[in-house]
Amino acid sequence: MVQVHFTSHLRHVAPGGVVTAAGTTIRVVLMDVFARHPALKTYILDDQDRLRVHIAVFLDNEHIRGPETMDHAVRPTSELYILQALSGG
Amino acid sequence: MSNSLLISTRKGLMIYRRTPKGWKHKSTHFLGSPVSVALADAKGKTIIVALNLGHFGVKLHRSVDAGATWTELAPPQYPKVEGGEKDDKAPALKGIWALEWAGPDKPGALWCGTTPGGLFYSSNLGTTWALNDGLWTMPERQKWFGGGTEHPALHSICVDPRNSNRVAIAVSCGGARVTTDGGKTWNVGSHGMRAAFMPPDKQFDPDIQDAHMMVQCPAKPDVYWTQHHNGIFRSVDNLKSWHEITAPVSSFGFAVAVHPKDPNTAWFVPAKKDEDRYPVDGNVIVTRTKDGGKTFKVLKRGLPQGNAFDLVYRHGLAIDKTGKRLAMGSTTGSLWTTDNGGDAWKLVSSHLPPIYAVRFA
Repeated sequence: MVQVHFTSHLRHVAPGGVVTAAGTTIRVVLMDVFARHPALKTYILDDQDRLRVHIAVFLDNEHIRGPETMDHAVRPTSELYILQALSGG
Repeated sequence: MSNSLLISTRKGLMIYRRTPKGWKHKSTHFLGSPVSVALADAKGKTIIVALNLGHFGVKLHRSVDAGATWTELAPPQYPKVEGGEKDDKAPALKGIWALEWAGPDKPGALWCGTTPGGLFYSSNLGTTWALNDGLWTMPERQKWFGGGTEHPALHSICVDPRNSNRVAIAVSCGGARVTTDGGKTWNVGSHGMRAAFMPPDKQFDPDIQDAHMMVQCPAKPDVYWTQHHNGIFRSVDNLKSWHEITAPVSSFGFAVAVHPKDPNTAWFVPAKKDEDRYPVDGNVIVTRTKDGGKTFKVLKRGLPQGNAFDLVYRHGLAIDKTGKRLAMGSTTGSLWTTDNGGDAWKLVSSHLPPIYAVRFA
């Protein structure tokens, strides 16, 4: 199972601590989390399920960027960090 | 007079109360979060607040106990389009620019104006929202473009006091539109507006006008005033036509307020046009007409003169139901009120966060 961490700024809508989720891409993993924590979804994705511009995604210590971010492959042992990008401050 | 003020700022919603000793801060909500606009009912119990979080998008909250507790609501959402998750042009909510009650005969119903130009309706105090298809699918909407923002912003919603199915909206940059059937169809309402900055053949195109803010006189609803990028405009024939008005100091600005009973009386907060956007000569002034725009008086008593950079945004000027009490909030965090129609202003605070909107509750 993928380990997902959310920025502490989302603690009022995100699950506390690490969440485990299933999926082979970042999109599928996040949708698995959102299915259990629906209030979190609009904080990370926009109306069209695109990643919000100022959300930063780190997968196994790599900063994943660009239009294909959501389709990036993840491994069952991956660790995913969903953070607020400094560009949005 | 109204004794409660909602101040929407870059760092939260501030509620001020009028006391025998003047306006006093009562409470702060959503501290640290940008609040684009807020709306309260007549009793000040129900409050709807729109946030625009830099990272996490537009959020909506509601209180039914005057701000003691809040419930997060699902914000208005643009319909998904096929392949939208990979289409940069597919619409998504960028900001909430207007919240208005839909009329006394529609309790709990709200209109919401947004960037990128969609109008939403809720019949249940904001719990659920529906995009107004009539306006969104109107072919002329393709001519709209952003003004001050990347995308068109629907910032003004005037619900006609004679008939709540008659609603006028204004857009930067998309002119004005009016519906008489509750939003099913929309007719042009900006003939006569002029955009001098456009190519000659486009200057009077009603669909590209940069109306900064439009208000309707509650007692004489045939009369509307607009502060436009190009200047000041007035309609006295229920939006069939507009005529341009020139005010002293500068006709450029964002905010406009109309007297609730007297359609000839309106207030403006001029600024140096148009890329500079600060008070002309550093003097904060308000211009007021009492004769429908034939003449204006420059009001400055109580306002800073010299080296002031306060800009008042389109929702930064509010008037109460008496027409005597106004409030004004600026980009540099100054808040003023007047109880005599602007003859003299009193500073409430000069160190609030940048103010986006003020409203009497």
